[in-house]
Amino acid sequence: MSQKTITRADLADAIFENLGLSRNDSSDLVENIIDEMSDALVRDESVKISSFGSFSARQKAERIGRNPKTGEEVPITPRKVLVFRASHVLKNRINDSV
Amino acid sequence: MTKSELISRIAELNPHLYLRDIEKIVETFFEEITKALANGDRVELRGFGAFSVKERDARIGRNPRTGEKVEVDAKRLPFFKTGKALRDRLNEE
Repeated sequence: MSQKTITRADLADAIFENLGLSRNDSSDLVENIIDEMSDALVRDESVKISSFGSFSARQKAERIGRNPKTGEEVPITPRKVLVFRASHVLKNRINDSV
Repeated sequence: MTKSELISRIAELNPHLYLRDIEKIVETFFEEITKALANGDRVELRGFGAFSVKERDARIGRNPRTGEKVEVDAKRLPFFKTGKALRDRLNEE
């Protein structure tokens, strides 16, 4: 199976084809969805999309890392990372096609 | 934020569209990502993040309680990597 990369433009095309909106409106809507999810995550809200999955920000404490080349110890600053948990529906859909 | 809250927000931003169309748009968005991953494709939303599928080989697992061997089938798992712009926004004060 040759792997493709799907982008915003493909998602906008699908909206254009399914709903008959203009191409401009379709790509604005894709942007709206991504922006609203990003803003919620930045506000520290989790984003839960039923039958797809949930995104949440997790706080990581400071820890000591090491430069693997020099062996030098460097502090890794506390930071937030995003975690995505796929729903069972999504996991099953991905495995059904195997 | 749940899917229905997301739909309400998108509806507020697009008062010229019917709510039922917004619902279909949001469904289409996640359905297309799901279909792509089911095909084994990658989905890259620059700035937000990228979804991909990782393959796990079949292996012999063990029931940790009984120590009994169990065959675990090969499977594919969805995976998400946060985009740089969003990662930076999460960490700016």
